[in-house]
Amino acid sequence: MSENILEMRGITKTFPGVKALDDVNFAVKKGSIHALVGENGAGKSTLMNVLSGLYPYGSYTGDIVYEGEVCKFSNIKDSESKGIVIIHQELALVPYMSIGENMFLGNEQGKKYAIDWDKTHAEATKYLKIVGLTESSKTLIKDIGVGKQQMVEIAKALAKKARLMILDEPTSSLNEADSKALLDLLLEFKKQGMTSIIISHKLNEVSYVADDITIIRDGHTIETLVKGRDDFSEDRIIRGMVGRALEDRFPKRKDVKIGDVALEVKHWNVYHPIYTEKKVVDDVSFHVRKGEVVGFSGLMGAGRTELAMSIFGRSYGTEISGTIEIHGKEVKLHSPREAIDAGIAYVTEDRKGNGLILSNPIYINTTLANLKGVTKNGVIDRDKELSVAEEYRVKLRTKTPSVQQNVGNLSGGNQQKVLLAKWMYADPDILILDEPTRGIDVGAKFEIYCIINDLVAEGKSVIMISSELPEVLGMCDRIYVLNEGRIVGEFEQKEASQEKIMASILSTDSAAKEKKQ
Amino acid sequence: MMTKTKALNFVQKYTMIIALVLVTGFFAWRTNGKILMPQNITNIISQNAYVFVLATGMLLCILTGGNIDLSVGSVVCFVGTVGAVAMSKGMNMWLAVLVMLAVGLLIGSWQAFWIAYVKVPPFITTLAGMLIFRGLSNVVLQGKTLAVKNEAFVKIFGGGAKCYVPDIFAKEGVGINILCLVVGIIACALYLFFTLRNARSRKKAGLETEALYVTLVKAVVIVAVIMFFTLRLAQYKGLPMALIWVVAVVMIYTYITSKTTVGRYLYAIGGNETATRLSGIDTKRIYFFAYANMGLLAGLAGILTIARLTSAQPTYGQNYEMDAIGSCFIGGASAYGGVGTVPGVIIGALLMGVINIGMSIMGVDANWQKVVKGLVLLAAVIFDVVSKKKNS
Repeated sequence: MSENILEMRGITKTFPGVKALDDVNFAVKKGSIHALVGENGAGKSTLMNVLSGLYPYGSYTGDIVYEGEVCKFSNIKDSESKGIVIIHQELALVPYMSIGENMFLGNEQGKKYAIDWDKTHAEATKYLKIVGLTESSKTLIKDIGVGKQQMVEIAKALAKKARLMILDEPTSSLNEADSKALLDLLLEFKKQGMTSIIISHKLNEVSYVADDITIIRDGHTIETLVKGRDDFSEDRIIRGMVGRALEDRFPKRKDVKIGDVALEVKHWNVYHPIYTEKKVVDDVSFHVRKGEVVGFSGLMGAGRTELAMSIFGRSYGTEISGTIEIHGKEVKLHSPREAIDAGIAYVTEDRKGNGLILSNPIYINTTLANLKGVTKNGVIDRDKELSVAEEYRVKLRTKTPSVQQNVGNLSGGNQQKVLLAKWMYADPDILILDEPTRGIDVGAKFEIYCIINDLVAEGKSVIMISSELPEVLGMCDRIYVLNEGRIVGEFEQKEASQEKIMASILSTDSAAKEKKQ
Repeated sequence: MMTKTKALNFVQKYTMIIALVLVTGFFAWRTNGKILMPQNITNIISQNAYVFVLATGMLLCILTGGNIDLSVGSVVCFVGTVGAVAMSKGMNMWLAVLVMLAVGLLIGSWQAFWIAYVKVPPFITTLAGMLIFRGLSNVVLQGKTLAVKNEAFVKIFGGGAKCYVPDIFAKEGVGINILCLVVGIIACALYLFFTLRNARSRKKAGLETEALYVTLVKAVVIVAVIMFFTLRLAQYKGLPMALIWVVAVVMIYTYITSKTTVGRYLYAIGGNETATRLSGIDTKRIYFFAYANMGLLAGLAGILTIARLTSAQPTYGQNYEMDAIGSCFIGGASAYGGVGTVPGVIIGALLMGVINIGMSIMGVDANWQKVVKGLVLLAAVIFDVVSKKKNS
């Protein structure tokens, strides 16, 4: 029995109208990696915010016992001085500052009114080495990739003399290789006595790295699984998260007849809008048939989103070349409007940033891409607009008190449904869904899959871009694999497997490396 | 608990109206009711006509994302200069009006082009415009005052002693402007008619409607306010011409912002520009519309200004942009865009107008007036920011 570095006892935290945490008990062993899992809105982040002092002592009830003493943090500085450092999901780095400046932001080295830059960069270099980065500490944050930025965040935590590190979804924007590197780093730290708490949706990573897994559901701690004693399989964890076994994670598609080619793209090339010599999409040709779900798999940065957006009325990239045929006829699409009119919809991966107007109600978002549907002579028929929004609310089973609710108040899954409603109302033949289930919980994912099935049953074509291999394998009739802007594999559903897809990515990676040498 | 949040909601929804009532009440008390005298009520409208017009245009710019137009004061001056010169050379007044509006629109389009299609930040484009058109006015007028002698023009667009709608129902021995009362009654009748029709059609479509007593209380208050003001105006000289232009602008732009697709897109861009662009909307055209339109309304404000002051001077229009921007933010427009309404902005402008005239009647020093207006603006925005934080 190792001792507990941290015990949170009977934590209850209420927000106006909601009990976010209800008598939560949570204990972390010294020198372990403890995973915290649960559906969106289960209360994981709230719990960690209580721990870090973001919600100060007094705004919750219960005790935090850290290294044997009861702590009453009134802000983040308090918890950091004890060595508790939280790394948030959204990277908190300033792009136009150097790595070193970022690392000691708020913790400047030197005298009070004179920053010692030599010391700053010397210290920064030391910590960069620990996390395995070879970049100079004077490199600007904007010039390094997301994976390395995440490593800088960890180095920053180390610089604060962290003894308990909390990582909120550290790998959500990393590709497989970077994720692996990060997790291995955590395992390495563990050997040196560091304690970590990791919040993650990626259950395979959780079972890889964690010693204990605590499952939270609806603000309650449900159970803690211990390595070696309990089953760490994904199915077992999911059962704890949703409170029932999920028989089938993907709904069965009724026999949908796959028809003629709806969209055919040939020899598509796209260059980066700023670094114009960089080819982002390289001679890509593919097609989608009527009633078909086609998947695009690949690592982060493989060029999938860029491919989709450049097809969608050239909303990304420069010097685009290639042809697009819709139902056998060549079309030229210069703007999103032309793409929509040609029957294409692009449902963005970034629903908050590029998809929805969070400060506006559901009905305004629903009609935005097809406002002429509720407009006569430039004047909006408000009543018709409301009834359209209501129709989609019922159809997609969006959970909301009313369509006049602001989208920002909805959960991720329901926001995704509003986004889908917006594009379904534009009545496209071909829907490009970019990461349609990112950041939404298991139950809502299933409902999104059902909507996709309904769409192809109506004779529409769906292109699904997804980083989750099980989802691509479970949902798609055919799968293209993209790597570094090129199509490196194509599989029918029957013949596809996770191993084959990964293999086709890796083989091109190594081939590319050989070519460079 | 429930009633408490309800009361809070009420206060939040009608903050500016409540503030307007309180401030008016305060000045009515401090000036022994002088501020509510017919002449002063007429003055609030005539003196501030340009603010109402400019603030309406400014709102459209602010909606696109908190972008402002700093050039409006200079554009007002330049348009006025052009008009005064044209009329002094004997140009027909209606032709001159058209020329002035066209010049305003042209200047607006010039700036709108850089902002919308070349992506020069609005702040800088219009700062340049502020210098350019102030300078040009000076050049044309050579630093001097040019009188506007066209009486018909002054009567129709002005705010002076003779600039009232003639009372066609006037009767010997009745010391009150009957036309003014008739207009007031018609306005009330129209308001009631549309409220009823709206409620009925919404009920028919099975949509949510507000409680009956809410509608009734609202109707009673609005009718009372309209009748009070028209009665006051009727006791003085009747309907000021400036009021006609202001009401026209307010009605047209209320309609544009709340009912049309262009209006919807203005709000959408302020809410999330990328999402709007990816929804197939030509966001550049919307930006262009907002700034070109600002030029047009600055043109109208220029007309109202030279008619009221019966001259053009190179110093006219100074700080007008600040009055317009201030009214927008006091009237509930968000500094981040996407939020704000024309009626709200008008209430913001009225609040400023009441404070101005109230302090003038009280004999407060002009410099202190500025201090008070600054504090009011700051308070309004602080309230907006804080109440938003509480909500989220």
